[in-house]
Order: sequence, then structure tokens, then C-alpha cells
Amino acid sequence: MRAARLAPVLLVLPSALLVLVFVYGFIAWTGWLSLSSANDLLLGAARFAGLDNYARLAGHPRFRIDLENTVTFGLTFIPGCLILGLGGAILIDHVVRFEGMWRTVCLMPLALSFIVTGVVWRWLMNPSSGLNLMLEGLGLGALRSGWYTDPAVGIKAVALAAVWQLSGYTMALYLAGLRAIPRELYEAAQVDGAGTGQTFWRITLPLLAPVTLSAVIVLGHISLKIFDLVIAMTGPQGGPAFSSDVPANFMFQTTFQANRFADGAAVSIVLLVIVSSLVIPYLYWSLRREVRG
Amino acid sequence: MRRLITGWVLTAAFALAAGGAWAQGQAGKLEIFSWWTTGGEAAGLLKLFELDRQQHPGVEIINATVAGGAGQNAKAVLKTRMLGGDPPDSFQVHMGRELIDTWVTTGFMEPLDAMFKEAGWEKAFPPGVLELLRHDGAYYSVPANIHRANVLWYNRKVFQGTGLQPPRTVDEFFQVADKLKAAGLTPLALGDNGIWASTHLFETVLIGTLGADGYRALWTGKTDWNGPGVKKALESMARMLAYVNSDHAARSWDQANELVIQGKAGMTIMGDWVDADNLAKGFKDAGWAAAPGNTGVYDALSDSFGLPKKAPHRKETLDWLRLVGSKEGQEAFNPLKGSICARTDCDPKLFGPYLQWAMEQWKKDAIVPSLAHGAAAKESWAAAINDAMSLFVTQKDVAQTQKLLVQAAADAAKK
Repeated sequence: MRAARLAPVLLVLPSALLVLVFVYGFIAWTGWLSLSSANDLLLGAARFAGLDNYARLAGHPRFRIDLENTVTFGLTFIPGCLILGLGGAILIDHVVRFEGMWRTVCLMPLALSFIVTGVVWRWLMNPSSGLNLMLEGLGLGALRSGWYTDPAVGIKAVALAAVWQLSGYTMALYLAGLRAIPRELYEAAQVDGAGTGQTFWRITLPLLAPVTLSAVIVLGHISLKIFDLVIAMTGPQGGPAFSSDVPANFMFQTTFQANRFADGAAVSIVLLVIVSSLVIPYLYWSLRREVRG
Repeated sequence: MRRLITGWVLTAAFALAAGGAWAQGQAGKLEIFSWWTTGGEAAGLLKLFELDRQQHPGVEIINATVAGGAGQNAKAVLKTRMLGGDPPDSFQVHMGRELIDTWVTTGFMEPLDAMFKEAGWEKAFPPGVLELLRHDGAYYSVPANIHRANVLWYNRKVFQGTGLQPPRTVDEFFQVADKLKAAGLTPLALGDNGIWASTHLFETVLIGTLGADGYRALWTGKTDWNGPGVKKALESMARMLAYVNSDHAARSWDQANELVIQGKAGMTIMGDWVDADNLAKGFKDAGWAAAPGNTGVYDALSDSFGLPKKAPHRKETLDWLRLVGSKEGQEAFNPLKGSICARTDCDPKLFGPYLQWAMEQWKKDAIVPSLAHGAAAKESWAAAINDAMSLFVTQKDVAQTQKLLVQAAADAAKK
């Protein structure tokens, strides 16, 4: 009898131990490192340095620009994906033929890695070729831009590439969500004399709220941790005047190029706090819902 | 029961075989770690391996290269290996502060004084190079080659067509640049994707403004980063940036050289790897001169090899280092790589016209360490200067940049 109760615990125990050591143990180690003075390869000589590294980060011009870029990226990327995804899902839902083909076309960018997307969009956004030439050819020369070479655009160009890649994901989520709305609601609305606009705002959107929420959470933590797309598109220095630099980039350079391990650890901990502040409330809220419902 | 026994027997046999192979494989190996994966660099490295095999038959050479990022990825891998206690037998590293402050002061490398004296290298390498290899009176690496950073490359046809001569001073540069601009061309091609090319340009301006001694003193703290010399250098560079192609942030150095080759730009200031690029693209109208204000100064960088303390195959590594520093080794490696020997006694007939010019200069110019390529400043200092350059190239704010440079120097001097 006792063995039966013990079996599930024993089954989970190895994985739990590994996670404890390799995830939480290393997070604790990074935290300790960020409070030390280990800023060169003489790791043995590191002493406790309190919040010195964080103070230095707060005054670092590059780090401040990085945080601004993260916010700009999020505000461009998340709404862009949601709107394009919803638009795509609605269009596909109403198409009668070749739906499978449209779905595949929209989902294909998702199959690429961020590095491939980054390299291709870097060529596309080169101001003397690529997109600019195409826009001129179409007579839309006024839309020409310096893209990532223009500090005023910077990270928004990277966000554009990210939207291209991930709007397929939101489209797939919304398509499933749309299909789950019972037809009776639409019929009832029609009987009550509701127009298309009212149907959309009062019925479709509110019922898609859970889909939107989970999409926002996933897109949100992607946008906080974006790294390989930025490195592939604008290089490790993050474009002119750090206009497309992100904290993950800064952490990589500081740790592996400048050998400043404690500074890199401090950036990592700041990133961890930011991501946790978004994900943990959501987890808590969704767990409470499960328990209640 | 039978299956259990069979299982154990197979495992034991496998373990014995693996163990035997491991034990046999320990002697007679040499692992060389570098980022020379393509082109002339890889060809040169393989030629050195061939020579090593001829001189020391029976040594198995492991070519441990890591591609990508002009060495960034390789350096990251190297750090994890060295810190983890699994160093390669020898690794490619830039001579000067990059080696000294990353690996020597932290106690990872062995001094090579005995080899230098025995092989007579104190007479074969010029004193300027010996100074850069020395730390606390001992030598820690053997330079395989020398590259020059302060070279002005220009399109001879374009200059003949506009009746111009390559500028010798910074003031002449602006005169030439104005004439090129009037002719509808980009005066200076710059490809600073990744920003190091701008730091590279800035170091030549610093040399041109402060002179060889003033520039060298920047790194020992004797020239004030807050002083008028650095301020003038920043102002000159800000002026130069007005004559640069607008898409410089999207181009790398070879894409900038492409503009010169196509005749769309007149000049570019870049190291002598442009020579290999020109030869590979069949560009016959390349002209070269010292960068403006840099006459008589050789801004040097070098790929060198050292001996890590825990190198698994010490004897084979010492043989390799002797080969790298020998006349035979350097004459085999450098013509293929497109650089000159660090030694002063190599045969010029083995090298192309630009490299022969460089070898002439190497014998008489004042040698200064390159900032952008690891010789002048340690990695964290160079990274801080790169960050300052990132902002400067766009905002051209001399005062703010000078403050950042002063801060970088202060941070580097701590501890």
C-alpha cells in the first residue's frame, strides 16, 4: 500500500532534482555572481561587492537604451502579431476553397529559425537594395526607409521581421478560437438584427479573450528574451547608437567578449525579474481559475 | 540469466576496447585551436600543419577550429574550455593586451623565455614587437604574422581621373575628400556593421593626431583621455564621418571595399586584409599608402600562439611553437595568409607587391599596438570603447564621447 503512494514521488524525483540543481541552483549561482566582483577571468579572487554592478548598470547608457528598445519592441511586435493574426484567421475562416493552402502559407514562416529570418530580413532591409528598391519599383518610393541603419527606426525594423515570422502562430490560435465559437450565437445575433460590426465587437472579440490573453503572454515573453533575431539582423553591437540593441545582446557581449561575468550576471537577473513579473501573476491567476472551476 | 551475462560480457569488451584506444591515443597528438576556417587563413594553417608533420612525423594534428563572428565564437568556446580545465595544446590569440590581460595575468599561460633565447628570436623580431609580447620581463606568445591596420586604400583610376594624390595628412584628407565629393563620388567608404571598423578608423585618427608616442601613452595612462589631443581626434573623426557612405551601418569592411573596387568611392581606411580581398576579386587598380597622418608609424596586430599551463601534449606544443616562429614556418604561412612575417629576415620575393611595401615599412617604422584588434587594450576596455564609438558614429557628440572614453580608461585601470 505504501509503495503505491511512494511510486509517483519516486518517478518524479530524478527530474525534480535535476531541475532543482540545473535551473534553480544555477539561478541562485547567477544571483550570487551578480553580487560579486568577478569581472575578469580571475574567478577565484572575486569578493562580495553588493549592489555595485547593478548601480553601474543603472548608469550605463547602453543598458538604458536596451530597456527602452525592449518596450518599443513589445509595443510593436505584440499588437502587430495579434492584429495580423486575427485578420488572417477571419479571412481564412470565410474562404471556401484552398483553405489548407492558405493555412500552410501563413504558418510557413514559423518553420524557420530566428537566425534564418534575421539573415534574410537583414538583406531585405539593406537600404541600398532589397525592400527599398522594391518599393520604388512599385511607385511607393515615399515609404523608403533606412530600416535598421536609421537610429529612429532601429528596433521597429527587427519587430517587423518578428511579426512576419510569428503572426502565423497567432493566426493558428485565433482560427481555433473562432471555430470554437458556437454558431447558435451568430444565428441569435442575426435574428436580433445585429450588423457585422456589432457581431464582431460584441460576440467574437469577447469570446476570443482567453486566446488573446495566452497569445499575449507567449508573445510577451518572446519579446522580452529576443536575442538571436537581433544578432542575426543587426550584429552584436545592435545597430547604430544601439538602436536595435536588447538586454540579451548586451549580456552576451559583456560576458563573453568583455569578460565581465558579474555585470553579465546582473543583466541576466534584471531580465529574470522582468520576465517573472509578467509570467508569475499569469500562472497564479490561471491556477486559481483551474482550482475554482 | 544468459542475456544478463551476454550483456555484461559485451560491456566489458567495449570498455576494454575504448580504454585501449584512449590509452594509445594519448601520446603524439597536437590540438591547435583557431578560427581560421576559410580562404588564405585556412590554407596557411594547413601548410604549417604539413611542415609540422614533415619535421615531427607521427604527431597527429587536431585542427580544432570554431567558425563565425571573426573569432567571437571561438573566443567564447576557448574561455569555457580554459576555465573548465580542458585547454587546447595551443590557441590563436591576438598578441598584446588581449593575451596578457585575459590569460597571462590570470595565470593560465607559461612563459617562453627559454625558447626565445635559444631560437634567437630576440634578434629576429623587431624590438617594438618584443615589447608587446613581454609581460613582467617574460615572453608569453609567438607571433605567426603581422597585419597592418593603418593603411589607406584607394582606387588609382578614380584618383588619376580627378587628378588627386593620396592624402598624407588629415588636412589634405579633407581637401581630397571635398574634390571627390564634388565629382559625385563617396570620398571614404566605411563598413562598420559590428562597429569595430569605426573603432579601427578612430585609432588611425588618434595616431595621426597624437603621434606614435602620444598614442602609445594612452594605454599606459600617460596621455590624458580628457586632454586636447583626444578632443581634436574626435573632432577630426566627426568631420570625416560627413564624407562617408550613408549605409555604412549595413555594410561590412569588404562590402565597403566593394564600393572602392566599383569606383563608387575613392578611399577606404582598413587593414591589409583588403589586399587579399582585392586579389581575390581581381582588382588591379588598387593603390595604397599610410593612413592620413600615419606616415612612419606601423599600427600592428598579430595572431600568435602560446603555451597554456595545462596543455596535454607539452613537447609537441613546444615543437609547434618553434615552427611558428621559425623563418621556414613564417615564410610558408604568411604569403598564403596575406600578411607579413613578424621576423625581419623573411624573403621578400615570396610576397606580392603590397606585402613587399609593408615588409619595407616594418623594418623602419615606429611600431604601435592596434586598439581594434586586441593589441593595445584588454577586452573589457576595447568593448567599452566600441560602445562609445557606437553612440559617437550616430550622434557625433564629442563631449559625451570623450566622457565615455575617460570612464572606460578609469574602469580599465581599476584593480
